[in-house]
Amino acid sequence: MNATNDQLATSLLYLDGVTVSFDGFRALNRLSLVLGKGEMRAIIGPNGAGKTTMMDVITGKTRPDAGDVFFEGAIDLTKHDEAEIAGLGIGRKFQKPTVFESQTVRDNLELALAGDRGIFATLLHRPSAEETSRIEAILETIRLGHLRDRLAGSLSHGQRQWLEIGMLLAQDPKLLLVDEPAAGMTDEETKETAILLKRIAQTHSVVVVEHDMTFVRDLDVKVTVLHEGSVLAEGTLDHVSADPRVIEVYLGR
Amino acid sequence: MTSFLRMIVILLALCTAAAPGAHAEADPGALLAGLGAGDYDATEAAIARIVATGDARFAPALAALGSGDLYTRKSDGRVVIGRKAGGRELALIDPLSGDALGEAASRELEKIRVNNRIRRAVRSAIGVLTLMSPNRAVRLAAANSIFASPDPESLEALDAALAAEKDPQVQAAMERARAASILASDRPEAEKVAAIETVAARGGRDALSILTPLANSENEAVKSAAAAGIARVESVLAMWDAAQNVWYGISLGSVLLLAAIGLAITFGVMGVINMAHGEMVMLGAYTTFVVQEIIRTSAPWLFDWSLVIALPLAFLVAGAAGFVIERGIIRWLYGRPLETLLATWGISLILQQAVRSLFGPTNREVGNPSWMSGAFELGGLTITYNRLWIVVFTLAVFALLLFVTRFTTFGLQMRAVTQNRRMAASMGIRTPWIDAFTFALGSGIAGIAGVALSQVGNVSPSLGQGYIIDSFMVVVFGGVGNLWGTLVGALSLGVLNKFLEPYAGAVLGKILVLVLIILFIQKRPRGLFAQRGRAVES
Amino acid sequence: MARFLLGALDRRATPIALVLLVVAVLVPVAHLGLPASHPLHVPTYIVALVGKYLCYALLAVALNLVWGYCGILSLGHGAFFALGGYAMGMYLMRQIGSRGVYGNPTLPDFMVFLNWKSLPWYWHGFDQFWFAALMVLLVPGLLAFVFGWFAFRSRVTGVYLSIITQALTYALLLAFFRNDMGFGGNNGLTDFKDMLGFNIQSSTTRSALFAASAIALALGVLITSAIVRSKFGKVLIAVRDAESRTRFLGYRVEHVKLFAFVVSACMAGVAGALYVPQVGIINPSEFAPANSIEVVIWTAVGGRATLAGPIVGALLVNGMKTWFTGALPEAWLFVLGGLFVAVTLFLPRGIVGTLAHGWNALAERRRAAAAEGGRDPEPKPSDLEPAPAE
Repeated sequence: MNATNDQLATSLLYLDGVTVSFDGFRALNRLSLVLGKGEMRAIIGPNGAGKTTMMDVITGKTRPDAGDVFFEGAIDLTKHDEAEIAGLGIGRKFQKPTVFESQTVRDNLELALAGDRGIFATLLHRPSAEETSRIEAILETIRLGHLRDRLAGSLSHGQRQWLEIGMLLAQDPKLLLVDEPAAGMTDEETKETAILLKRIAQTHSVVVVEHDMTFVRDLDVKVTVLHEGSVLAEGTLDHVSADPRVIEVYLGR
Repeated sequence: MTSFLRMIVILLALCTAAAPGAHAEADPGALLAGLGAGDYDATEAAIARIVATGDARFAPALAALGSGDLYTRKSDGRVVIGRKAGGRELALIDPLSGDALGEAASRELEKIRVNNRIRRAVRSAIGVLTLMSPNRAVRLAAANSIFASPDPESLEALDAALAAEKDPQVQAAMERARAASILASDRPEAEKVAAIETVAARGGRDALSILTPLANSENEAVKSAAAAGIARVESVLAMWDAAQNVWYGISLGSVLLLAAIGLAITFGVMGVINMAHGEMVMLGAYTTFVVQEIIRTSAPWLFDWSLVIALPLAFLVAGAAGFVIERGIIRWLYGRPLETLLATWGISLILQQAVRSLFGPTNREVGNPSWMSGAFELGGLTITYNRLWIVVFTLAVFALLLFVTRFTTFGLQMRAVTQNRRMAASMGIRTPWIDAFTFALGSGIAGIAGVALSQVGNVSPSLGQGYIIDSFMVVVFGGVGNLWGTLVGALSLGVLNKFLEPYAGAVLGKILVLVLIILFIQKRPRGLFAQRGRAVES
Repeated sequence: MARFLLGALDRRATPIALVLLVVAVLVPVAHLGLPASHPLHVPTYIVALVGKYLCYALLAVALNLVWGYCGILSLGHGAFFALGGYAMGMYLMRQIGSRGVYGNPTLPDFMVFLNWKSLPWYWHGFDQFWFAALMVLLVPGLLAFVFGWFAFRSRVTGVYLSIITQALTYALLLAFFRNDMGFGGNNGLTDFKDMLGFNIQSSTTRSALFAASAIALALGVLITSAIVRSKFGKVLIAVRDAESRTRFLGYRVEHVKLFAFVVSACMAGVAGALYVPQVGIINPSEFAPANSIEVVIWTAVGGRATLAGPIVGALLVNGMKTWFTGALPEAWLFVLGGLFVAVTLFLPRGIVGTLAHGWNALAERRRAAAAEGGRDPEPKPSDLEPAPAE
């Protein structure tokens, strides 16, 4: 623990002793986790381990009962709300893909695009050439170029997942929180998603929550195992897979 | 007020006079005749003889004497009470039996003359006669009437009565009457101070009116004792006032609870916003009206049972309406709360107009059964029976509902469906039917609320409209999905309303409460007893 | 601002604005210019009636901005309408001057009747038209701002918000019924004489008010269109469809809602201000919750989240109301209630929404047929008005 201050200073995301309880049920139990700058981390754990609650705490949706949450070593995230935290540079993809269904793919990306979010700025906003080319580039990356004028509501599940990742890219955050990006995807799509995420991770810090072990293996990054609201094990996938406690609670014998 | 009290005393005396007992050895007619036999001294002597009989039957005659209404009939020397009957004629009444004896012109009668001495004698005689009455109620009423208008002249009678009195309650009343009379007399200071104690201990507005003049007394001891006594009485009165307000508040709160409790099921538990909820209440009230109409025309002896008969019928009528609404409309709108709101508002308009077409737009009269009318005093509180029954009834309905949701299979299934529909369905619960019956239950309860509310308000097609906003406020304030929250919410809003009313007036009080709730929702958007957790936020 | 509004003139807004402008010119001309015997003469009662409907339509347009595009179902928009109406009513009251029954040069009749000696402070300034006109915007706007600031900041949404907006107008209803509020109590404000020096009963004034209503409505449509077309409009719809997601994108949802709510309240206030001189009275019953919820059904019948829908709905439902209350008064509430049920169950897009949807689907099918065996059988709804998610 004497390394705490050093860790805090060099970390991008720093959680220490975070506790959240709902009606007596402890969703997070003195959770501590440090993510370095530029790092990509996979988080696994059984249902109810607190993965989504952890994301809620980081993005300001849930206030912790106790504990510290710091971003870039200095910003206390517990003091900000969702919109402010998004403005600080933390983007989030939800477990259940949430896109704006009654708007086109292009509009979805435009909404996500980094820029002034103020009322009058948006009222008088005119898309610049630079913005248009960025959107085109993202459309290219997520392979939805041919569907740019489609309503997001008419996309398939996998396409929505990709659109949401595209929205994350458009936001251009310092840290991406990605909740189960491969859920409901075919094997082929899963593989491509992993490649996409790894590409993103070259320029961003990423936290991925995932159940799919193949996918996690594809990512090939440091893994944190959550169980009952706290960290059970941490290390390479091979390392944690060998941990008897992890096998006991999660992987199964 | 005083004369009214005296009249009651006299009437009571009259009622009990049927059993004259051992006192009446002398002929009552002769005793009465003595009153008009001669001069003032003779009259006074006759009064003394009457007092000696201790027979309360003479009280009306004496009272008439005191007010100058007692006459001797010239034709037969009979003593009668004469009251102005219009014109020059007087209506004659037999002083003992109270029977009418026809009319007579004033010249046929000789008025028994009185002076202040006689009047005093009459007053104390009445006091003695009633204070010594064999009937406990007469004695008690007499003592209270003296307390209400104290009279030093009655002190002797009181002392005598006190010496003979065995009943502790009557004794206490007489003590207080005596104390009040002492205060009105020129008795010595020490006695007065002691009397102030006694009067202050009794409390009430009467005590206050006796003590208030004494606070300006020349005598320092009396003055300070009176001031202390007044403070004491006032603080007790203030307490009772507060208690009365709490009672009014509980009473209003129970009405709110009754209206909201069905909503706590449909909105709180199911999450269905039913703007026609008030109309379910109205259906219940009209069911009561129809039941009473049928009873009036074909079985009037059943009237006291009308509410008991109406209860299950109202539950069925409103419940069936709810069932039809759920099956016909609401089930198509699950997951679209705003649309549900609009559709059920439409239903409420239709139901209102239907009832208006059937029963007319005006208020219909729903009567109170005998056990719902009247009031009683509890300490300084006045409690009307209908309000009391509604509070009791509301709590009973609440307890029943709690029981149904907690301890029956239906309740278990209902909770299962509302918590996790898919899981419940896969466990073999027929979720659509549970939805329909839950909605019917909530509506049925609104119906029986209508039976109760028909007893305290007007029954008109717009009856339900008056309750809808309040009911929603109660449910939201108490916390959605929590029956106990609804209970606490309703009662606290009721009490708050009644406490604001004296300061702000009824309308402004209501506005204040609405504003307070709006502000409260800011602080706790999910009500007093909010559920917390991930599931709630989705 | 002008550029902002002109930018709104697209193929949806332009025809509506044009039709309204034509109506604003033609109806007064046909009323004033043609003799009563002429077949095309528009009689006074029609001018008054349609003028009233146009105000209702503007109120529906205002509601549509928050409900249709932002998902805020306000059941209290009647309150903003009535407040705008009262502001105008106060100006008209002051214009009566000493022509009132009691002949008091400054105090309105009801104040003299209540034995008031001087004008309450909040009545000052209303003898000036510019001040009253400012208040028409400011009072509803300010109320919406304060109320919305509290409500949106604490994330009161959905039916909760609906219920407290209803409570808001209910509280105002109770308040305005009180005589000591100084707004004429139960009777409200009436017996108006003139406006800007013109007799309020005269045909010219009526025609002018009619034209003003039509132009105000056209402006309301243009403002809505401009807002919806902008990036802000996309944010608005995003808030409606996935509020929490929008927040995670970094938008201040409460500010977005607040802005829309205040703009909408101001529009409703203008509608009320134009309504009052045309009907000649404003009283507390305008605050009745039932009125506000009726506005919702106008919008729903016409089609929410469409530009023309609220206007079509307001004209249609109010036309029906006028006809039914004349011919079959008993049946009107059945019809209105039935409309609420039928529209939510069978016509969730409303008339205009359904037509637009059908038209687009048809066009798409033609296009697909023309492409012959194109790999894309699904409709390509890029031209669709954004449909409400609920």
